[in-house]
Parts: sequence; structure tokens; C-alpha cells
Amino acid sequence: MSEEKKKGFFGRLVEGLTKTRDNIVSGIDSIFSGFSNIDDDFYEELEEILIMGDLGVHATEQILDTLRQKVKEQHIKEPHECKELLIESIKEQMQVEETAYRFENERSVVLVIGVNGVGKTTTVGKLAGKLKSQGKKVVIAGADTFRAAAGDQLKEWANRSGVDMIGGTEGADPGSVVYDATAAAKARNADVLIVDTAGRLHNKKNLMNELGKINRILEKEYPDVYRETLVVLDATTGQNALVQAKEFSEVAEITGIVLTKMDGTAKGGIAVAIQSELSVPVKYIGVGETIDDLQKFDPDEFVNALFDVREDS
Amino acid sequence: MAFDSLSEKLQNVFRNLRSKGRLTEDDVKAALKEVKMALLEADVNFKVVKQFTKSVQERAIGQDVMNGLNPGQMVIKIVNEEMVKLMGSETTELAFRPGKELTVIMMVGLQGAGKTTTTAKIAGKLKLKGKKTLLAACDVYRPAAIEQLQINGEKQGVEVFTMGDKNKPVNIAKAAVEHARKNEFNVLIIDTAGRLHVDEDMMAELEEIKEQVDVFQTVLVVDAMTGQDAVNVAGTFDEKIGIDGVILTKLDGDTRGGAALSIRAVTGKPILYVGMGEKLSDLEQFYPDRMASRILGMGDVLSMIEKAQENIDEEKAKELEQKMRKNEFDFDMYLESMSQMRKMGGFSSLLGMLPGMGLGNGKMPDIDTDEAEKSLARTEAIIHSMTKKERTNPSLLNPSRKQRIAKGAGVDISEVNRLVKQFEQMKKMMKKMPGMMGGKRGKRGMFKGLPF
Repeated sequence: MSEEKKKGFFGRLVEGLTKTRDNIVSGIDSIFSGFSNIDDDFYEELEEILIMGDLGVHATEQILDTLRQKVKEQHIKEPHECKELLIESIKEQMQVEETAYRFENERSVVLVIGVNGVGKTTTVGKLAGKLKSQGKKVVIAGADTFRAAAGDQLKEWANRSGVDMIGGTEGADPGSVVYDATAAAKARNADVLIVDTAGRLHNKKNLMNELGKINRILEKEYPDVYRETLVVLDATTGQNALVQAKEFSEVAEITGIVLTKMDGTAKGGIAVAIQSELSVPVKYIGVGETIDDLQKFDPDEFVNALFDVREDS
Repeated sequence: MAFDSLSEKLQNVFRNLRSKGRLTEDDVKAALKEVKMALLEADVNFKVVKQFTKSVQERAIGQDVMNGLNPGQMVIKIVNEEMVKLMGSETTELAFRPGKELTVIMMVGLQGAGKTTTTAKIAGKLKLKGKKTLLAACDVYRPAAIEQLQINGEKQGVEVFTMGDKNKPVNIAKAAVEHARKNEFNVLIIDTAGRLHVDEDMMAELEEIKEQVDVFQTVLVVDAMTGQDAVNVAGTFDEKIGIDGVILTKLDGDTRGGAALSIRAVTGKPILYVGMGEKLSDLEQFYPDRMASRILGMGDVLSMIEKAQENIDEEKAKELEQKMRKNEFDFDMYLESMSQMRKMGGFSSLLGMLPGMGLGNGKMPDIDTDEAEKSLARTEAIIHSMTKKERTNPSLLNPSRKQRIAKGAGVDISEVNRLVKQFEQMKKMMKKMPGMMGGKRGKRGMFKGLPF
């Protein structure tokens, strides 16, 4: 298992993003030095590198348009001056509003959804541990009654972080689990109820309907609490992550995104694309396997780490 | 729009080409620029895209295209050929040691790729082939991973070897081999924990298993939705552990599956199977040529034809055809043709294979396939609620009989009425065009035996 060294957010992120940086930065650096003029070839190369980072065609174009405009306005002639500008425009795109974490301080219910294998159960476990350590009373609901042993997996996380779990047997109606969980959350006066759901591909109609049902049960049975709905996305996922986020937002009002597996070589650039196309902020990123490895998303640090602008470490 | 499918994109590009007649170099370049963007949007790795467009361009700008009678078709052909070439030209399967000798297969991959589920799926496939298969649970890290394999193994009726989560994976693997040898298993599949390819310790663990245990096939399981990173993941696993084949999972989503192209191009290793759903039976053969045409937007018509041919009982189809020609079409035949369509995978999978409808988005948001399948089920229930006489002689159906049928099927009488009406219309239609249902000689019409 991974070691539990305390490295702080930036340290972890930098470590996790090393490969990312190597790829993007070496590309960008060579471009910034290899070109003497800002011309079409220059922009084309830039475009390709951003796309290689999984930013997606659309987000890349937007960023480059902004860049072109700024270069023109500020009469920039040197390619290396573009670097700062590029970083700035991506940062701009990635800002998270200050109210993004309201659910942590209010009586709330957090619904966690996503496709199969992105790390929903792990995220729920980490989030529960995090909130519990802040002194919150947390109840988690294991509404993944489909995948074999998903309940056991969540139970293990519940034990690790010492929170209550309401589950159902394999094959049970997820709706009934959620219903029981709301009753338990009310009875136990929980601060936060976190609902783990089964992984579902966003193009499976009946599963998406089931999600709608869970959403309605929460609305009806637990009406006066703050609602947070997090979509968990795997950072290694390519452009399909956008489609996922879009489809999920049609059955439940998505309030945030959790990007997992950011400690691999995945570029995580999809985060930029999602922010740009759907205006749903990335709120957390997963950079490892321990409870501490779920971190609040910081756009500045994220972009800095991405482009290797080291302020401190 | 960024969500347009690659197929649509490419189709749009080639629609323009078709209308232009002969191709100039500029035309090819412009088209390939679009192809490039479309492929990038489909998550095909950038370097692969570059290589791909380059080779197409080399072939396209030149005589065969310039002198071609239909330049659009020619470019499609070239693009298709190059894609097939990239993906490997033929179907490859898992290899086994000869005879009854034990074959050890090790499953590796990132977290959440679907290794445990896929392991159980392969076990089911091998069981059907008559191989005595043992599964070894070597994921000692993820909570409940062992239970997951145990439950799935039980569902498939395959033995699962476990030693809990307190032992080293390499020791579990060794003990599993021992157990397999002693009990004369033919195949042992080792399910390992998901790991990042940059995690040195975890990668070393796999190397150790491979060293200590005589692994014959190492299979990398990859999520089909993987983006640009697919080449890094596949490349590193291949470099460090050495892989023999790849299984792509979650292809039943609407991802464009560009990863398939990338992985094949970078590792040169074949894609063995594709995961097409959540059920333990949803593991299918990978056909590179079909994947290419699927990406190209020609739909997977090939696959559909084959599915139809496999499943439709030729005899019954002939009988059906005969009856249709004589206009003796009755509810029994209606039922028969419906169940044959079911065998081909139901509505949704059929629709998914048609050109322009595949890859799930854009074109057909309004056709609710789940709903369509439900209504098929209701129709079946209605027919099942009829007596034999009523089925062969629908004119018997008076209101009181219909009432009884509706009750029996648990539907409203209006649905029974609608079905009868549809049936009569269909009968009329068939009378009008006797040649349509596979009547032409020698032609293997793909709608032969279908109810419409």
C-alpha cells in the first residue's frame, strides 16, 4: 500500500503531476524556445500539445482564441511571453467559486454518481473520513446494490473512518436503501449524508432513470438540507468525460466534479474542458489511495503544477 | 459541436468530397485536417493520428485517387484500410498451452478498468469451451475485491482460490498454481490489484509474480474511454511486465473508442476481447476491421449480418418465407420472427449497429430503445395469451376474446386492438411485396426472417 507521508497538497500534486508536467512542459518549453515568431505554425504546435493533454478540441480552441487576442492587444512578439499568458487564461477558466464547499458546513446530503470504475466508493470513503475528522456526524448510504461486494467495500471504508453505514443486500432496490438512509440520517441527526451509487454508463436509460428516482427520493424525504451532487470522473478518461458530465447533469443537478486517479500520467486536462464547456467546477481531486489523498481542487496550484511554475514547495 | 461523433464528422467530410468529383491535393489535405481533428476528439493518441493522416495522405494524393471514378469512396476506402492496418488485420484469441497442460493467465491494469469483472467473464467463456478453470484472487488491497471475485466466480460456476488479504500476492499466485496442478485444472486466471503504471513498487510486484509463476499470457485490461494517456499506460505495462494481449472494457458506452487504435499502434499487441455490458456474458470477440468501420461510421453492419446468420434458424426462416408468400402469416410466425430478432441482441444492439445510429449520440435521441424493447415484451405477452386457434386464425378475435387476452397479458385491451391492427397491416403489406422478404434468389438478404 502507499506510504502515508504528509506532503501537503502541493507536494502531492506536483508528485502526481510530474509526468503530466514532463509531457506538457517539455513540449511547451521547446516550442517557446524553438520558435522565433508567433505565427500560425506556432499556434498549431501549441494546439497539438494542449490536445495531447486531453484538454479537448473545443477548450483548446477557446484558450488559443483568448491567447491570440491578448497577444494582439498587448503587442507581444516573443513566444516565451506567451507562456505566462497561456497560464493566465487557463487559470481564469478554472476558477472555483468560494461557495463551492458550502455543504461541508451545513446539514447536507451528498449524492455521488459516475460511470463504472472511476472510484466512486473510494471517493465516498475518503470524503466521509475527511468530514468525520472535521468533527461532523456522517452517515453513508451504500446504494450500489448491483456490483458484487460493493457493499462490503464501502463497509470497510466506513469502518476505517468510523462512520455509520446504511446498506442493502446485493440486488436490493437502491431507492429503498436511500430511503432508509434518509430516515437514519434524520434519526441520528447527521450533519452529512453521503450516498454512494452503482456505476452506470450514462447511455443506459434505465440506470439513469434509477438515478433520477434516487434523486427524487432525496428531494422528497430529506427536503430541507443542502444538496450537493458530485460526479466522479476518472482523469485518464478522454473526451467521453464531457459527455458523461453532460448526461449526468440531465438526471440530477450536478454541483461539482471529483477527478480521480490524478496521480498517474493522465494529463487531467479534461478538467479544463469540463469547466469550459459545462461550467461545472472541479471540487476535489484524488491523487492516491489513502484518505488524505482526496484534496480540494485549487485551480492556481493545478495550473502551476501543470506548467511547472514553482512558487514554493 | 464537440460532442458530434467521429462517424458523423467523417461522414460530413466525405459528403463534401463526394460532391466535388475529382480530388486535388488541397482537397485531400483539407479532408485529412478534419479527419485529424475528428480522430483527436475520439481520443486517438496524437502521435497515432499524425502517423495515420500522413500515411493516408501519401496514398490519397496520387494517381489512384486522382484518376478514381468516385474520389469520395476512394478516400473512405483508403482511410478504412489504413485504420484496419493500424488495428491489426486479423482477430486474435487468447493462446493456451497444448493439450491439458496448465495455462496461467495474469490480468493486469489500472484501477477501475474492470479486471475482476473481466476475469469472471473470461472464466465463463472458457467454461463453455470445456476448460476447467480456476480463478486466483490476488487483489489484497482494494477492500472487498476478493469477495467480488468470489461472488462472480460462484455465479459463473467456477472455483475461486483465495488466501485472504494477509498474504503477498506472489505467494497466493504460487499456491494457486500448486492447487491448480494438483486438481488438474486447465487454466488458471490470476486477478491482480489495479495499479498505476508509474507506481514502481506495484509494478515490481507484477514482475515478481511473472518471474515466480509460469505465466503464459499476460492480459492488459483497459477502459475504452481512456484518453491520450492510453498509450502511456499500455506502453509502460508492456515495457515493464510484457503483455500478450489487451481487453477493452466499457465499449457499450458511447465512447468513440479511439483508445483501441492508439493501444494497438503503440504496443503492437492484439486486442483480444471487448467488454460490452455489465452482465457476466457480455464479453465479445474483437474484430479490428469492424471496429474500423464502426469508427468510420459505416456502422457495424457486418457484425449485424453475422449475428443474424448465426442465430436465425435457416429452416425456420425458409418456412416463414414460404408461409409469407402464401399469405398464411399468423401470430405464431409473428412471435417466431420476434424471438429471432431477440436472439440478435434486441432492439438497442441492432440499432446501435446501423450506420448513423451507432455510437449512441446525436442522431437518435428520441428513440427510446428500452421502451421499444418493453413494448416488444408486451407484444409477446399478448400473443402468448392467445389460444392456438386464435393465433392461427386471427379473425376469431372478437371483443370478448380480446378482453380475455388483455387480462391474461396484463395489458389494456387497446393494446390488444393495436397489435391486431398492426398485424393485419403487416399481412397486407406482405401480400403486396412478396419479393421483399428474401424472395430473390441466392441473395442473403439481411432482413430475411425479420418481421418488417
